[in-house]
Amino acid sequence: MIIDTTEIETINSFSKLESLKEVYGIIWMLVPIVTLVLGITIGVLVIVWLEREISAGIQQRIGPEYAGPLGILQALADGTKLLLKENLIPSTGDTRLFSIGPSIAVISIFLSYSVIPFGDHLVLADLSIGVFFWIAISSIAPVGLLMSGYGSNNKYSFLGGLRAAAQSISYEIPLALCVLSISLLSNSLSTVDIVEAQSKYGFWGWNLWRQPIGFIVFLISSLAECERLPFDLPEAEEELVAGYQTEYSGIKFGLFYIASYLNLLVSSLFVTVLYLGGWNLSIPYIFVPDIFGINKGGKVFGTLIGIFITLAKTYLFLFIPIATRWTLPRLRMDQLLNLGWKFLLPISLGNLLLTTSSQLLSL
Amino acid sequence: MFLLYEYDFFWAFLIISILVPILAFFISGVLAPISKGPEKLSTYESGIEPMGDAWLQFRIRYYMFALVFVVFDVETVFLYPWAMSFDVLGVSVFIEAFIFVLILIIGLVYAWRKGALEWS
Repeated sequence: MIIDTTEIETINSFSKLESLKEVYGIIWMLVPIVTLVLGITIGVLVIVWLEREISAGIQQRIGPEYAGPLGILQALADGTKLLLKENLIPSTGDTRLFSIGPSIAVISIFLSYSVIPFGDHLVLADLSIGVFFWIAISSIAPVGLLMSGYGSNNKYSFLGGLRAAAQSISYEIPLALCVLSISLLSNSLSTVDIVEAQSKYGFWGWNLWRQPIGFIVFLISSLAECERLPFDLPEAEEELVAGYQTEYSGIKFGLFYIASYLNLLVSSLFVTVLYLGGWNLSIPYIFVPDIFGINKGGKVFGTLIGIFITLAKTYLFLFIPIATRWTLPRLRMDQLLNLGWKFLLPISLGNLLLTTSSQLLSL
Repeated sequence: MFLLYEYDFFWAFLIISILVPILAFFISGVLAPISKGPEKLSTYESGIEPMGDAWLQFRIRYYMFALVFVVFDVETVFLYPWAMSFDVLGVSVFIEAFIFVLILIIGLVYAWRKGALEWS
């Protein structure tokens, strides 16, 4: 009997140890995720500040200057204000759809960050379907917009929601075809492999030079997917007040606001990963560890440099969407659909066939 | 659910990102003031009394676009596996994929000629 009990005790303690190990495993899994979420949030704050400063520069005004040095804390102040505002739900609307809509938009865009490599193999989940995962996840967001447009029971909102859905489905196909051409070149859908395929010839190894048509189509489609200014028909102020967010106030409006900037950041990051060589320094004949004399011990430093290069490329690229906002006028709905279906779709199909033909020659 | 190891992070990230809006709603529910009024909660229609419901039947012009979208989206999904095993399959399968794309281009031209892509 005594032996039996001790055996059971040992088994119990063993299983306790195992469960403790599992708990530690889960906690260790949460650390990078929480770090990523915090990093993304700071990234969004930086984008908001950058957009305000660049817009101010283009329009020859000063821009935010009172909140913190150079107005850096302006975005934080805006967010706090939205958190303290009253939440209004229109009495005739559908309460559930009204609340779920912005949540779906934010969640789906957050998820697409999990496949972005920020540094050398520094990626949350190196899925073998990486880029395809992004395309699949990002097409959930319009469902949220449609829900919020319908749930508001407001004519402006409903029209805005419909427009958002129509726009994002029209531009999703050229986007997917461009990504397909890229993954043909690197023969993998994993984002890490795509970056590594561009690392060989430095600056000249970028997919930008091998896929110039694809890059332009990707740029236009991603602007349309983000509902940035030449394509911001879903929230065209002159026609639809604010589109699907007309009835929103307080933190729910804030979620839409965050979602739009998160989307901008993620597409800019994907431009960096797919076309601009990701975390590589990309200057030929210079090997980073040689300059700084890093051995295998200085891995942390190398990772930090990788993160810095990725973010530098991303934020430099962001100047293009922000400057476009103040340069181009808004399209009409028929022009938008014509551009998507009659111009970008045939061009991206042709680009795909061109890419496959050239790959066929090199087989 | 947790069969594929590389998707563990995805599920954990999904849970955390679901927590983000819930947390935001909770914090704002605690902090935000509440003052209700019938005028405040009425639908916004440029300041005048709202005329009727928005949930009514009207012609959605995006319907044909949605149909064409389904065709082309499925096509793109079919092309992805081919592109991934492109170097293994070689020329013969490339010709098959080319014919597949060609049929779809003919479909696009047909939809175009029939006016499915017109904003009328």
